[in-house]
Amino acid sequence: MRPILLQGGRVIDPSRDVDGAADVLIQDGKIASVGRGLTAPDGAIVRNVKGKVVTPGLVDLHVHLREPGNEDEETVASGARAAAAGGFTAICAMPNTDPVTDNQAAVGFIVRQSGRAGLARVHPIGAVSIGQKGERLAEFGEMVSAGAVAVSDDGKPVVSSHLMRTALEYARTFNIPVADHCEDPALAAGGVMHEGLVSTRLGLKGIPAAAEEIMVARDVLLAELTGGHVHLCHMSARGSVAIIREAKERGIRVTAEVTPHHLTLTDYACEEYDTHAKMNPPLREAADVAALRGALKDGVIDCIASDHAPHAYDEKEAAFDDAPFGIVGLETAFAVAYSELVQGGVLSLPELLRRMSTEPARIFGLPGGTLAPGAPGDVCVLDVNGVWIVDPTRFHSKSRNTPFAGRTVTGRAALTVVAGKVVHDAGAGAAR
Amino acid sequence: MTASSIVGKDLTGLEHMTPEQIRLILDTAEPFKEVSERLIKKVPALRGKTIVNLFFEASTRTRVSFEFAEKRLSADTVNVAATGSSVSKGETLVDTARNLEAMRIDMVVIRHPSSGAAEFLGNRIDSNVINAGDGQHEHPTQGLLDLLTIRDKHGKIEGLKVCLVGDVLHSRVARSNLWGLTKLGAEVAVCGPWTLLPRGITELGVKVFGRIEEAIEWADVLNVLRLQLERMEKGFIPSVREYYRVFGVTPERLERSPKAITIMHPGPMNRGVEIDSRVADGPHSVILDQVTNGVAVRMAVLYLLAGGRAELADAAKRGSE
Repeated sequence: MRPILLQGGRVIDPSRDVDGAADVLIQDGKIASVGRGLTAPDGAIVRNVKGKVVTPGLVDLHVHLREPGNEDEETVASGARAAAAGGFTAICAMPNTDPVTDNQAAVGFIVRQSGRAGLARVHPIGAVSIGQKGERLAEFGEMVSAGAVAVSDDGKPVVSSHLMRTALEYARTFNIPVADHCEDPALAAGGVMHEGLVSTRLGLKGIPAAAEEIMVARDVLLAELTGGHVHLCHMSARGSVAIIREAKERGIRVTAEVTPHHLTLTDYACEEYDTHAKMNPPLREAADVAALRGALKDGVIDCIASDHAPHAYDEKEAAFDDAPFGIVGLETAFAVAYSELVQGGVLSLPELLRRMSTEPARIFGLPGGTLAPGAPGDVCVLDVNGVWIVDPTRFHSKSRNTPFAGRTVTGRAALTVVAGKVVHDAGAGAAR
Repeated sequence: MTASSIVGKDLTGLEHMTPEQIRLILDTAEPFKEVSERLIKKVPALRGKTIVNLFFEASTRTRVSFEFAEKRLSADTVNVAATGSSVSKGETLVDTARNLEAMRIDMVVIRHPSSGAAEFLGNRIDSNVINAGDGQHEHPTQGLLDLLTIRDKHGKIEGLKVCLVGDVLHSRVARSNLWGLTKLGAEVAVCGPWTLLPRGITELGVKVFGRIEEAIEWADVLNVLRLQLERMEKGFIPSVREYYRVFGVTPERLERSPKAITIMHPGPMNRGVEIDSRVADGPHSVILDQVTNGVAVRMAVLYLLAGGRAELADAAKRGSE
């Protein structure tokens, strides 16, 4: 494998509070050195990245790849390709596949498919319960041995408080977090969007913010009870932020993520019954968006995750009630976050990169998220001056379901390197 | 391609219509009322037009009303009911629409259990689309016929106090009434248990009465909404008996008002639940006038969407356009 020397870029490494002009040398699949005036080893690929940002590859703790089960919507390979194009070097695949990823063989399959694709790393998340039925614990130990980095029944909440308690305790044995989709199913039943003025006007059944907040509060209390690590998926409500803030002040082991869309859109996006604005949890109100942004800034919410959820185009071509929840996000996450949060003055670029790389890697204990010498050669070069229009027909993902189509955004991945290998090069087209 | 008429291509709801458009439909309905009173109830205004009545939900009153309106305007009509058709075999709404369009129709009247279904259809086919009730969103022709009935009875709408009573949460009739009435200058209130009032309702500029006695004291018109009995099964109210005791519109309650309050109901009624029979059949009830006006309003909507001009409605009804 040829060494790669990235010359003259602005190097931002949130793991070491580095922000300045430097070269980065990647050799033997690892970060070899970071500094000024590095010399290229024999045979190295030398890239002048002046004017661009060199950073640890982005890490996404929450994606849905549809393999096995719905390979027409996404596969491990197509998801990993979309991830690389979006600047991600590692993504974590939720287990709500068909069949459910709830055993070591299924986890091992994802790991092998990831290896075959050889693009962004795909880390499997195992199910909390067998078949995600919320009844019996899946075999966490074997799944961890096979490569699982966390457990979750995402898409479904862990309804039974007893099961959640047991999961947190058992997961603690293997030092992995339990990632929960916080939703009280009785309160959310039949809901298709945020419960509020817009749902009233559209005549659509709402999901109240309390449906999330109740489960956030419960999970925090169970984390306190068990000493386990609970990771709260895709936070959407300002009430959840307040509960997490208090929990962290009390030293409870809780981490939380938020999606780019919950940071930028409100329930008004559902106007005209736009099914690309239908997701779960739903888009909420401007006050929620403001609270989520503030929480991301001060670390109450630890990281950004895309909740990339591919669906076939014809499934979204339906009445709002009948369309599935979810949108794709891997190829728009950085641009949307950069345009809205950095250009919008909410976060500095180093702060954003911390929330999209260093922190998510830390939360799930993944390799990456740092440019420290010896760390995996997972690097992203970002063009933060590149202005582009989101065109879903150009996505590498197999699916096109995004509410950001047609939006003018700034920032994109120019080069993505995983384990010292170029997996995306915007200048050279698709690398395979 | 169907040209957009003065009231737009489709009638999906009253929320986004202007007061002028609403008044135009009401004014256009006036001359059409007389057609239904004739011995030969037919004018040639929509001769040669093909209309599909696409009903994904059971309906008697609305479907029959539309069909009479269409036939009295000389349109050719086909009724498609969801049960026993390709719809019940899993065909998607968009495929149903495209197939109908491929048969070169001019208009679709759609009723569907999903909110937004009429808008969805209207955005995807060139034919005019008329919403005959979509989920819990709107039922615009019901809203229009309610407006016409109020205007007939009171000679105006502006300044009147109209209270919608009952299950506002699940009611598309309530939403269409709310938009139509507020646009034409009425004061609107809702009255019902909080379990049946939607979130954010006060932000829409309506009063909320928790007690029917207060609503009666305030209102000039009560539009009493149907209480679907499944609401009890789903736990929104504890019992139909208590609902009648607390919210039922009874002669005893109405007698306490010095005013003669106009009583409306979109039907079908649950006598003895939301409304007492003596009120429904009483002197101030305009419930059957609503039904009569329904045909005229729907004739006006069909005529205007087909590109008819309001000032020619009188001529159209004489068959000399």
